[in-house]
Amino acid sequence: MGAPDEAIATPNEAGDGGPLAIEPLAIDPLLDDPQTRIIVCCGSGGVGKTTTAAALGVRAAERGRRTVVLTIDPARRLAQSMGLSELDNTPREVPGVDTSAGGELHAMMLDMKRTFDEIVEAHAEPDRAKAILDNPFYQSLSAGFAGTQEYMAMEKLGQLRSDDEWDLIVVDTPPSRSALDFLDAPKRLGSFLDGKFIKLMMAPARVGGRAGMKFVNLGMAGLSMFTGALNKLLGAGLLRDMQTFVAAMDTMFGGFRTRADATYRLLQAPGTAFLVVAAPERDALREAAYFVERLAADRMPLAGLVLNRMHGSEAARLSAERALAAAENLEDGGIVDRSRGNGDGHEALSAGPEDPEDGSPVAESPGTAGSVTTARASRTPHAEDTTACTAKTPSTTAKTPSMPSGNGAAKESEEAAQQTDTPSQEQPGAPTAEPEDEAGQLAAGLLRLHAERMRLLARERRTRDRFTALHPEVPVTEVAALPGDVHDLTGLRTIAERLAQQPYSAD
Amino acid sequence: MTGKGGTGKTTVAAALALALADGGQRTLLVEVEGRQGIAQLFETESLPYEERKIAVSHGGGEVFALAIDAERALLDYLQMFYKLGSAGRALKRLGAIDFATTIAPGLRDVLLTGKACEAVRRRDKRQRPVYDAVVMDAPPTGRIARFLGVNEEVAGLAKVGPVHNQAQAVMRVLKSPETAVHLVTLLEEMPVQETVDGIDELRAAGLPTGSVVVNMVRPPLLGAEHLLTAGERTGDIARAFARAGLGGARRGGHAERLVAPLLEQGREHAERVRLERGLRGELHGQDLPVHELGLLSEGVELAGLYRLATELRGQLHTGAAHAGQTHAGRAQAATKAAESERA
Repeated sequence: MGAPDEAIATPNEAGDGGPLAIEPLAIDPLLDDPQTRIIVCCGSGGVGKTTTAAALGVRAAERGRRTVVLTIDPARRLAQSMGLSELDNTPREVPGVDTSAGGELHAMMLDMKRTFDEIVEAHAEPDRAKAILDNPFYQSLSAGFAGTQEYMAMEKLGQLRSDDEWDLIVVDTPPSRSALDFLDAPKRLGSFLDGKFIKLMMAPARVGGRAGMKFVNLGMAGLSMFTGALNKLLGAGLLRDMQTFVAAMDTMFGGFRTRADATYRLLQAPGTAFLVVAAPERDALREAAYFVERLAADRMPLAGLVLNRMHGSEAARLSAERALAAAENLEDGGIVDRSRGNGDGHEALSAGPEDPEDGSPVAESPGTAGSVTTARASRTPHAEDTTACTAKTPSTTAKTPSMPSGNGAAKESEEAAQQTDTPSQEQPGAPTAEPEDEAGQLAAGLLRLHAERMRLLARERRTRDRFTALHPEVPVTEVAALPGDVHDLTGLRTIAERLAQQPYSAD
Repeated sequence: MTGKGGTGKTTVAAALALALADGGQRTLLVEVEGRQGIAQLFETESLPYEERKIAVSHGGGEVFALAIDAERALLDYLQMFYKLGSAGRALKRLGAIDFATTIAPGLRDVLLTGKACEAVRRRDKRQRPVYDAVVMDAPPTGRIARFLGVNEEVAGLAKVGPVHNQAQAVMRVLKSPETAVHLVTLLEEMPVQETVDGIDELRAAGLPTGSVVVNMVRPPLLGAEHLLTAGERTGDIARAFARAGLGGARRGGHAERLVAPLLEQGREHAERVRLERGLRGELHGQDLPVHELGLLSEGVELAGLYRLATELRGQLHTGAAHAGQTHAGRAQAATKAAESERA
């Protein structure tokens, strides 16, 4: 998929640069809608998929819905954050969730082997069930080779849904090689069961053990070649184990398959919402684009994209270039302000202490760190914002070496300086100022840090815009990055709040 | 090369293949998850199931790449070992290949590891190894021990016959000192936790661990200790900003209003540095060499990949003067030297 993606991306990127209309992904209406019964979080590994699923669960429960989160192999600490300490195949109530709105939160971790065993126990007679459970081939298949997870996740989801005990089921998909594994599980199972292979496998076992083998060996050329080949490859013992296993499974596979098909249809139904989770990195978003296309091809209802770990800055109006230039000034130590008061006075005269023109972006922000960038983005169409930001880079960089320049003009309009002007500059004075030196170093460090943040921010937006240019129809919600990992319900709530914020809502 | 999703394991695997090809060596970079990550990284078209040269390294080294496809590998395998050409086609018609590569995913892993080991053992006419090193972009940390150990399970299931023998041969290669499982991580909690768990699982399975590669390391820009006093010095900082030409330092002035948000960013940074210090300590406590690769701030482009390779080579070659050693031996020699330097 890589090559065609790139091919499509290029013209779009090079395009007119016009504003991209990103549709906001409204999380709360989705969680509150009684029609929403299943939310599936998918995406590549390491993008915070499980955390997103858990956070959605907490929020839905605290908004009044009886919710269960089905997680698959979660990181230990995240499991602990939901009060789950052990691998357990049944939903457990998560303590500490606010149930005043009438909701509840339960969580469970998928135990593949247990789920598989339960199916066997429920659908085969006791003797046969025991034979299957004791079969070495079954034991290694069910213990969780790659791929088995997907079937079992589907099976468990089907079970939870048919219980009809839950208002909402939030599913975290396994860390698959690709989306295919999860969506294809029922189909693959079906084609396997319809295939001739399974019939062949079972033929000898039906006739019965060794006699069957003889029968096959005496029989038709194709059959003997087939089992002969397998026997040669696998050794007779293993083939017999496989045959016993397949034959025993046959009785219950029928039901298994019906249920898997039903689950697949359930996923296509309007009560399901898929959320593609990604981080603002090239590979993760490329994978996300692939998920989006794959879901569309399978007619699965996509609710939108959750873009985790976006960075913001409360001081976004100070560009990376200006911050770096200022840091260099301070580090050179060659610039000491002898006219500081003058500078203040000048500004006070021109703009006043309130400075209504520039405003205080902090005050506009409803809360968290990342919100400002997004709030700013909503003021101007964000694409324009980003284009301006990237387009600006070369010119500013080009000007940087030419400083210091005159100070008066630059200070007259901070807005202008921020966009295009050469950074403003105080007159160079005596080379050192003892008490200020340490503060200067600290300030320079802060400025460098800010420059790094602004570059990261610009890069993340560019990456995001590449995705939205390809898929403008996909609603997006951004989640501001936290400095550390989530350890508890409070952390999950914070994530959920960030999820539910609508960065692009109309002002 | 294994690692949690999102840690850049494909990138590090490619960089290692480049680094090991240095000085006229020939390496093979193997992909097993059907993602075409190598092709994307090297900005080439999708890789076929065929070993193909994708890059040259410093000093005339060559990097070949192979995207292993389980179904093709199975047919190859049948053909090569059992001369089952027509039976192979019959198996395919019957859906047995589907069975082998999807329904019984354990067999899939057998094929993938088997093919990689075949490349390791392959000799040219003069009985020299065709590849000086084979680097596998392996499944993620959470699955690695199981993936590499699958042949042991198979050998236990198929107690006699060619499959049994083949499985044992593969395990012999994987458990020999010729192999090293390197783990890529970030300085973040979950990847580090998975790395620690992965190391335990590999050790329990008797698989040789190589080194830990910490990827995307950001240099700390500001000492955390400075920030402890920073909160009391907002006035001084505002004046410093003003000196640097960022506006007025007086309350409400432009420079003054930068102080709070920048200090907040500084605080977040200090928090992260503190967290990273703890995680680094945890990784160093694993009794394995630890390498660090810097963050490529503009994302991984081809040039960045070569830069990473150089960085890695620098770390691998510290003290590894023994030419002709296997990749594992070299890496380990290098990292042991690096460790003693640290000590």
